[in-house]
Amino acid sequence: MRAVARPFRRLRRHLVVIAGLGTLAYLLLPNVIVTVFSFNKPAGRFNYEWREFSTDAWTHPCDVAGLCGSLSLSLWIALWATLGATLLGTLAAFALARHRFRGRGAASGLFFLPMAMPEVVMAASMATLFLNTGVAFGFWTILIAHITFCLSFVVTAVKARVASMDPRLEQAAQDLYATPFQTFLRVTLPIAAPGIAAGALLSFALSFDDFVITNFNAGSTVTFPMYVWGAAQRGTPVQINVVGTAMFAVAVLCVLAGQLAGRRKNRRRGSRRS
Amino acid sequence: MTATAPSGPGGSGTDVRLAGISKRYGAFTAVHPLDLTVPAGSFFALLGASGCGKTTTLRMIAGLETPTTGSVVLAGRDVTALPPYKRPVNTVFQSYALFPHLDIHENVAFGLRRRGVKSVRKQVGEMLDLVQLGDLARRRPHELSGGQQQRVAVARALINHPQVLLLDEPLGALDLKLRRQMQLELKRIQTEVGITFVHVTHDQEEAMTMADTVAVMNAGRVEQLGAPADLYETPRTTFVANFLGTSNLITADVLDASGDDLVLRAADGKLALPAARCQVPARAGDKILVGIRPEKIALTHADDAETVPDGRNRVRGRISSASFIGVSTQYLVDAPVATGTAGLSVYAQNVERDPRLVPGAEVLLHWNPGHGFGLDAAQRIEAGTDVDLGEAPS
Repeated sequence: MRAVARPFRRLRRHLVVIAGLGTLAYLLLPNVIVTVFSFNKPAGRFNYEWREFSTDAWTHPCDVAGLCGSLSLSLWIALWATLGATLLGTLAAFALARHRFRGRGAASGLFFLPMAMPEVVMAASMATLFLNTGVAFGFWTILIAHITFCLSFVVTAVKARVASMDPRLEQAAQDLYATPFQTFLRVTLPIAAPGIAAGALLSFALSFDDFVITNFNAGSTVTFPMYVWGAAQRGTPVQINVVGTAMFAVAVLCVLAGQLAGRRKNRRRGSRRS
Repeated sequence: MTATAPSGPGGSGTDVRLAGISKRYGAFTAVHPLDLTVPAGSFFALLGASGCGKTTTLRMIAGLETPTTGSVVLAGRDVTALPPYKRPVNTVFQSYALFPHLDIHENVAFGLRRRGVKSVRKQVGEMLDLVQLGDLARRRPHELSGGQQQRVAVARALINHPQVLLLDEPLGALDLKLRRQMQLELKRIQTEVGITFVHVTHDQEEAMTMADTVAVMNAGRVEQLGAPADLYETPRTTFVANFLGTSNLITADVLDASGDDLVLRAADGKLALPAARCQVPARAGDKILVGIRPEKIALTHADDAETVPDGRNRVRGRISSASFIGVSTQYLVDAPVATGTAGLSVYAQNVERDPRLVPGAEVLLHWNPGHGFGLDAAQRIEAGTDVDLGEAPS
C-alpha cells in the first residue's frame, strides 16, 4: 500500500513543475522540429521527411534564389520602420501625455485603433489609398504601412511611461540649472527610455514578421514572410529552416544576455551593500 | 499688506524681496498681492493650511510659477523674468523628486555638471559627508529610506551654494520622530552654511522650532509675520490665535478705555486687559475678543476662591472633562463667558495636583491680565480651528 502511495505523492508534489515543463515542451516543439530539419538533406523539393544529416543549408544559406534578397529587404524595412515609428511615436506620446489640446481624446483613440482593428481592414484601406493616389507599390509603400501600424504600439508603450513620470523631476532639473533641452536629454529621455525601447523592440518584431499588410501593399516586392509563404506552395528549401533557427537563436541569446547583465548588476550592488 | 521681518543672523545668503506679487488661476486667486522681505541669512517659514498659497509663493521665488503681478528681487536684482535654471536659488521638493535613473552621487552632482564644473568628485564627497551619506554614494534613490532621501535632496540643492534655499514641505513624508530629528538637522545645516532658507510647512510646531521668522498665510494673504514667540504671545487675528497652538477667545464689552488697562465686561464678570495688548482701538461701548492661552490660566477650586491674589482676571466655571497626558492635565471648563465655543481650555502642569479638580467640580479660572490679548470682534471666532492640515502632494 505504502509502496504504491509514494510515487503518487511525489507526483503530486511536483505537479506544478511537471505542468510547466509540459507547457514549455508544447511551445518549443515546433522550434525543435524546425531546428532539426535545418540539418536535413531532403530528396525532393519538400523538407517534410528526414533523410540524412547535412550542414549544406547552413554553409550555403543563400543558394536558394531570392531568399537572402527577401531576408535583407525585410531586415531593412524592419529597421527603418522601427526608427520611423519610434521617433514619431515617442513625439506623439509626449504630446498626448503632456499637453492638453483640442482633439487630444480623438487622437488618442485613433492611435489605438490599428491595434484593435483586424489587420486586413488596415491592409485593404492602405492599399486603396496608395492605388487612388497613384503611388507605385514597393519598398516605400511597405515602409509607410509598417510605420503606420507600429506607431500604435510605440505610442501606447511610451505614453504609459511618460504619464507615470513625476512632473516634479523635470522641475527639479530646471531648478538645478538644466535648460529645457538638457532637462529633456538628461532626465525626461532616460526615464522614458524603457518605454521607448519596448516600443522599438515590438516594432521591429511586428514589422519583420508582418504578412497581411505587407502582401496588400508590396506590389511585386517580396519580403521574407512573403517569400516563405510563396515557397511553401512550391517546395520548402532547407534554408528557410536555417533562417528560422538563426532568428530563434538570436532572440534567445538577446534574452540571455539581458538577464545576465541584470544579474551581474544586482550582484555588484549586493556586494557593495554588504 | 506690507510686512518686514526683523533681520536674522548674518550669513552668506542674500535677501529675498517680493513686491506686490500675486498669482491668479482664472477666477481663483491663489496669492493676493503680497509684499514680503526675507532678510539675508535668516530661516524664514511660510506657515499655513493646505491651499493657502504658501507653496505657490515659494514656486514663484523658484521661477516654477510666473507671477500674475509683481516682482521677485534677489539681492537687489529683479529675477521675475528669469527661468528657473538661471536663478541662484535651489529647491528641496516635497517628496524630494530625486532622479530615479541616477545614483546618489550623480543626483548630487547634477547641478554642478549642468554649470560645467569639471571635477565634481571632491565636492560631492564633502557634501555627502555633511549629510552623513558618504557610504551610499553609488546607491539608487529607491534603495534609500525616506530620511536618507530627504538628506540627498538637501545635499543636491546645497552643493550649488544657492543664495536662497527653498524648502517645500520637505519633512511632510517622514514619521514624527524622524521629522523632529531632521528639523534639528536642517537648523544645524542652516546655521553652518548661513544661506537664507525659505521653508514652507503646514506644521506650526515645525515652523516655530526652526524659523527665525514665521509668516502665517491664510487664503492667499499673510495674516501675520514675526518671530515665533511674538506670533504665539501676541496674535493679531483669530486665525493666528487658533492656528498657532490653542487660544481661548472670550467676547467682551469695553466698559472703560481711559486708563492703561481696559476694563471689560464678559458675561456677568469684569476683566482687565492692558490697552497696549489690544490689536484694535477700543472705546467704551465697543465689543472686542479677549484671548488667553490655555497654559496661562490657573485653576483653583471654588472653595479656595479667597486664596487667589488680587489683580488677576477671574472667571467662574465647572470642569466638564479632564485628560491626563503626562506632563500636564488638559481641562475643558464650562463657563458663562465662553459663549459660542466648546468651553475654556486649561493646561495645568502636573506639579501639585489638587484631587478635587475632577469633572463636575466648581472652579475659579484666573490669569495675569498682561498675558491676555485683545482682538477685533468682527472676525470669525473659530477661524483657523477647522483648517485642512492634510497637505495633498500637488
